[in-house]
Amino acid sequence: MARDQNGKTRLLQGNEAMVEGALAAGCRFFAGYPITPASEIAELMSVRLPMVDGTFIQMEDEIASMGVIVGASLAGVKSLTATSGPGFSLMQENLGFACVTEVPCVVINVMRGGASTGLPTSPAQGDVMQARWGSHGTHPIIVLSVSSVHDCFEITVHAFNLSEKYRIPVVILSDEVVAHTREAIVLPDRKKLEVVERIKPSMPPEWYQPYEDNSRGVPPMASFGDGYRHHVTGLVHDAHGHSTQRPEEIDAFQRRLFRKITNGFYEIQMTKSMLMEDAEVAVIAYGSVSRSALRGIRMARKKGVKAGLLHLVTLFPFPKMAVSGVLRQCRAVLVPEMNLGQISREVKRVNTSSKVEKINRIDGQLITPEEICERLREM
Amino acid sequence: MIAEITRIRHKYLRHDKKFPHVWCPGCGIGIVLGSLIRAIDGLGLAKNDLVLASGIGCSGRLPAYVDFNTLHTTHGRALTFSTGIKLANPSLNVLTVMGDGDATAIGGNHFIHAARRNLNLTAIIINNQIYGMTGGQYSPTTPYGSNSTTSPYGHIEHAFSIADLAVTSGASYVARGTVYHVPALDKLISRGIEKEGFSVIEIMTNCHTQYGRRNEMSDPVTMMKWFKDHAVTTTRAKKMSPEELKGKFSIGVLTDIDKPSYTEEYQKIRDRAKGREVKS
Ligand SMILES: Cc1ncc(C[n+]2csc(CCOP(=O)(O)OP(=O)(O)O)c2C)c(N)n1
Ligand code: SF4
Ligand SMILES: [Mg+2]
Repeated sequence: MARDQNGKTRLLQGNEAMVEGALAAGCRFFAGYPITPASEIAELMSVRLPMVDGTFIQMEDEIASMGVIVGASLAGVKSLTATSGPGFSLMQENLGFACVTEVPCVVINVMRGGASTGLPTSPAQGDVMQARWGSHGTHPIIVLSVSSVHDCFEITVHAFNLSEKYRIPVVILSDEVVAHTREAIVLPDRKKLEVVERIKPSMPPEWYQPYEDNSRGVPPMASFGDGYRHHVTGLVHDAHGHSTQRPEEIDAFQRRLFRKITNGFYEIQMTKSMLMEDAEVAVIAYGSVSRSALRGIRMARKKGVKAGLLHLVTLFPFPKMAVSGVLRQCRAVLVPEMNLGQISREVKRVNTSSKVEKINRIDGQLITPEEICERLREM
Repeated sequence: MIAEITRIRHKYLRHDKKFPHVWCPGCGIGIVLGSLIRAIDGLGLAKNDLVLASGIGCSGRLPAYVDFNTLHTTHGRALTFSTGIKLANPSLNVLTVMGDGDATAIGGNHFIHAARRNLNLTAIIINNQIYGMTGGQYSPTTPYGSNSTTSPYGHIEHAFSIADLAVTSGASYVARGTVYHVPALDKLISRGIEKEGFSVIEIMTNCHTQYGRRNEMSDPVTMMKWFKDHAVTTTRAKKMSPEELKGKFSIGVLTDIDKPSYTEEYQKIRDRAKGREVKS
């Protein structure tokens, strides 16, 4: 294999490409707890991070891992954790903490089959709604998905950028197939890569209000140790960061958290359209399923079906503009998922009168291009 | 004396924080806060470089009132956040305040592993032997036989000794104090902050509202008297027989050992890693 020189073709696993993406985005901190099919990310981080003055630590569980990366980010370092379903469940409380304290961080969930211990070595997409709503209470979060080794690099960079820009945790949903498939990838030149850094306060410390609203809805973030001493709490807080019981402050705070995401909606919403120009029916898919979908669509086209693909990269905030366009253009859409229908319901909510069909597999197997092609021909 | 109190108060209490505080009149947590501030002031630590983190509970509210970098985390998890902060910026002094339930029930796993790892952190555990904030349910340190809102017929579990747990888990410095023995407490905290490696200061603290009231000690003074009568210095305890020590607890330094801290060890890892080339 070639040495790590950007611009050269390399053969990488999805998990390895995520490590490359994280490092390229400036991530210098990883905490995690071993779990299949995500462990390679931790293992590779334990090799790579100390080489670049970063820090790797294996914690006692995923609750701790999530707490540690939020702490590291509060001290100013871009941080990452990676896990799978059982660990993702344990992370929810501290993930919610990061949402309300607006601490940037990235969480990779390599989804595996089933609930509970489930099917550790089979792919699934059962954690989509958990990624959005797994932590209690009203809170926004960004959820992205990956479908290829190339995505694993690129979307991980995007995840860090969005997280820093909007001061919000970003969850990346991968799955066992994407994580362990090896594909050729050309890593982009680091110098040409767009890397976003969080905005720091520039006013004198005595003027700094850590949660003060502004036009973007994203207050500048001081790191602990920067001289801007302030309070951070998971209690609902006022502009100074202190807990509040005043209804008007509570409402303003909670709504700002959503407003900052709404403001950035067009940038956060990432989708890819393929073969959509003349499409009469479409597949809306994400993750590894979108690759079966593209092949299924090509097969259907050979048989005269004008089919297209809307590949969702961003799952939440739900890319309703892009979906709405497809629903208007096509007489029916198909949403294949390795669950019993989580994104299909979101699609349906965009326009309740549209015809939304589903293919659902929960047997630990991939949805095949043939299955998709067959259904498209019937639509 | 008054001038000194005023100076310290102005220097360390937050002016933008809406006082009065949340604690009951006479709560021992205020005494812990006083000791902590005197220890920090005595050591001359810069406020900008000091992080004070806490979990959830009456004790968890402590950082909000003082002018440091302060963090009020989730119940039981404060040490995990502190671990991240310290590793990301080792030049910060990171202190962590926890309740007895916080540190040894829900956060027990994080506590023993933090001690084992020996990061250069200071853990201050306010042991009031009860869940204060949630209304007086039993905690892992509630004494056998005592009453709480969830042991109305008397408690049948046995209490943890937090300090002993810290010693066995590998902490570099472990001390126990009380809110009655305040000058000694100032010193115990100060030594703990100075110590390189994981240090634990367990502080026996009165919660007369939730613990004392149900156990024939309904006011702070009675509880203070109980601490006075039952605390034995570690030096004196060494000379006492097991019978004499029955029902008492020791105060002072229980462990003070030197071993490399995690931060030093990890720097060695970085140095070793940098000599290697990236392979794939
Ligand atoms: C996950 C979770 N479970 C339960 C609670 C409710 N809760 C808040 S404080 C507390 C116990 C506090 O007791 P302790 O840690 O001893 O602190 P004290 O109030 O006595 O200082 C509990 C159970 C919570 N906040 N989070
Ligand atoms: S309930 Fe107990 S611990 Fe809480 S403030 Fe009152 S006296 Fe203090
Ligand atoms: Mg308590």
